[in-house]
Amino acid sequence: MSQQWPLWEVFIRTKGGLSHRHVGSVHAADPDMAIRHARDTYTRRMEGVSLWVVPSAAITASDPAQAGPLFEPAADKVYRHPTFYTVPDHIKHI
Amino acid sequence: MSDQAYFDYLLRLGDDSLVLGQRLGEWCGHAPTLEIDLSLANVALDLIGQATYLLGHAGTVEGAGRDADRLAFHRDALDFRNCLLVEQPNGDFAQTMARQFLFSTYQRLLFQELAGSTDADLAAIAAKAVKEVAYHADLAAGWVVRLGDGTPESHRRMAGGMEWMARFVDELFVMDALETGLHARGLAVDRAGLRPAFDATVAATLAEATLPPLPAHRPVTGGRKGHHTEHLGHLLAPMQHLQRTYPNAVW
Repeated sequence: MSQQWPLWEVFIRTKGGLSHRHVGSVHAADPDMAIRHARDTYTRRMEGVSLWVVPSAAITASDPAQAGPLFEPAADKVYRHPTFYTVPDHIKHI
Repeated sequence: MSDQAYFDYLLRLGDDSLVLGQRLGEWCGHAPTLEIDLSLANVALDLIGQATYLLGHAGTVEGAGRDADRLAFHRDALDFRNCLLVEQPNGDFAQTMARQFLFSTYQRLLFQELAGSTDADLAAIAAKAVKEVAYHADLAAGWVVRLGDGTPESHRRMAGGMEWMARFVDELFVMDALETGLHARGLAVDRAGLRPAFDATVAATLAEATLPPLPAHRPVTGGRKGHHTEHLGHLLAPMQHLQRTYPNAVW
């Protein structure tokens, strides 16, 4: 289709207290339509209590070619992982 | 205890939802975009869900051992009690949305009132459905405005959709002897009383959509008595085919 509607990224808060998470994208002409399409596409099985839509064009992504310099230096810094703490079993979202 | 009048009333309510749900289902895989495809299927499934409850309740009231499936799949067109609006063909997307806007605007008002029915079962069904229908009405009104106030082509198509559907609006608000009697018992809604709110919503939406008021065609009625347009049989044939060919098939 030559005249596609712009793409929007969809974020869902699955329940109160949790962060919105990226779930996918929809095409829509404007924010109102994007919310409706996100609702109809991604919340049909009670997935959420809140929706965000963001124009995909507004997102700046890191350059995959720069993945080495950006991310590999973290690989050998095990002391940055908080592995010396015991997380209680009932804390699910840390 | 069988109550023929009330059974008939529940068929009217259930058949409206069933037939429109089936109509919308015809869009599945054919809608303008993937998102709209899901959108229409969602509305269709809401309506089929309402029909399942309403026809199931009708079967209980009738007391003859017919469940929702029996009523949906083993009645002929003459025995269907839906209004003529819901059986009208989908046409293009604008025509489908014109029909949806008119029906959902009416059904929202209807279910708001039915939520106060003296029949607790019907009141519960209506109270659950009214949230779904509010979404349908807003969704359809949004498209009426978008297409009406869009390009010359989309405006022409939406005006054409309204032109087609307008003649079937009056039937939604007809009170006959059966419903007047049920209304006196607190079971049914006074349809005529819903008209002013319906007219106000339609007028406001059409104005926002830069569309003319609904054309004043001679109203067509008869669906509540089983006098349907030629479109219903063609809708029922594929819908009922499987159960007619393999009665009581389950999966």
